[in-house]
Amino acid sequence: MTVNDTEYAADVEPRLLLIHFLRDHLGLTGSHWGCDTSNCGACVVWLDETPVKSCTVLAAMADGRRVRTVEGLGHGGELDPVQHGFAECHGLQCGFCTPGMMMTARWLLDHNPDPSAGEIREALSGQVCRCTGYENIVRSVRWAAEREAAARSSAPPGEDADYGPEVAG
Amino acid sequence: MQVPAHFEYERATSVDHALALLAKFGPESRVLAGGHSLIPMMKLRLAQPETLIDINDLAELGYLRVEQGELRIGALTRHAELLGSALAGQHFPILHDAERRIADPIVRNRGTIGGSLCQADPSEDLSAAFAAVRATMVIRGRTGPRTVPEREFHLGPYETVVTPDELLTEIRVPIRPGGGSAYVKVDRRAGDWPVGAAGAALWLDGDTIAEAGIGLAAVGAEHFSAAEAEDFLRGAPATGDNFVRAGQIAAEHCRPISDQRGPADYKRHLADELTVRALRLALDRACAGEA
Repeated sequence: MTVNDTEYAADVEPRLLLIHFLRDHLGLTGSHWGCDTSNCGACVVWLDETPVKSCTVLAAMADGRRVRTVEGLGHGGELDPVQHGFAECHGLQCGFCTPGMMMTARWLLDHNPDPSAGEIREALSGQVCRCTGYENIVRSVRWAAEREAAARSSAPPGEDADYGPEVAG
Repeated sequence: MQVPAHFEYERATSVDHALALLAKFGPESRVLAGGHSLIPMMKLRLAQPETLIDINDLAELGYLRVEQGELRIGALTRHAELLGSALAGQHFPILHDAERRIADPIVRNRGTIGGSLCQADPSEDLSAAFAAVRATMVIRGRTGPRTVPEREFHLGPYETVVTPDELLTEIRVPIRPGGGSAYVKVDRRAGDWPVGAAGAALWLDGDTIAEAGIGLAAVGAEHFSAAEAEDFLRGAPATGDNFVRAGQIAAEHCRPISDQRGPADYKRHLADELTVRALRLALDRACAGEA
């Protein structure tokens, strides 16, 4: 399995879950082990190019595939804009849900560079913040989207964008 | 910490290989697709297969296409792929209505259409949706494929006609002109199983209902469908009064049970009301030419 561009080989029990392989065997404890029931999303990592709940994937199922965790989110010592956004907008309180939230947020921005607040909420709807800090999480993702848009156009990010809550979602 | 009991893991490289592995390891083996029903059940020790046969490498089973007048969906197609398919939404909006309400986006990235149908949970949304549009299941065994109507696919809760040495490979939905379809669901919270849900498909001949399909989930409907209500609608004018009567008939023939999601009488009420709402929406779409 390739994790964050590094290849790993290991003999594991078939019943070992991917989240435990990442944390206990590879020491990549950034991905959190939360509800264990594929509800909370703290364990979200990318399997190939898709976010998945790694408590419901066997390590053996990831054999020969590419896994990306929060440790692989930055680039050469630089934080990803999503990580900057969470820092700038107070997108985390206790931080338990944050790695999973950021992995999904990165995927969202890769596929929809200018998501509305409603689209962000929908994308993150399978993930739970036990601090209920959703407003700031949405702002963090919007911050990253605007930072990336600004980088693309070399124009300063808009300061009055509407990213308040939407009724639908 | 929830950990499955010990099992052996095999990875299939083709459908034929999967069938050979199923034959080799016998009835105590299970097919592992998305795993989002099976692995949680194994963690709770509600399922303890001796061998898992991982079919996730079988790219040949992941597709959506129109062929010979049918929408054909490979069994390993992920929920997210069905929801993202403009082709599926164009012909059968009922499938998108249902998919939007199944679990959450991350689970939908992984869970498969075939896996959900074979899990055969009595509350499974897609079982009702495919019953409404009269889908056909293609099941492969070592002697070749056979087809089974969706309404004969389920034998009961968590039980289908797929034998231990067979594999569901494809779902086929016949495309007919002049139709409209919809799915409506009441759940306790976003992404949950339904308290009750109804899907409807209508095909019109002028103002007359040429054919109707009604699918029901979680309300104890036989074969996930409402055959008596369909019989009432077939050949009748597509009017609100007839939809109301169809809802009553559908509810009369349900056998819901009281559980943590709601009391039986409330579920019966949902079967009635949601059938009417799904029929109205399906009619609106048929009239708007939205399929």
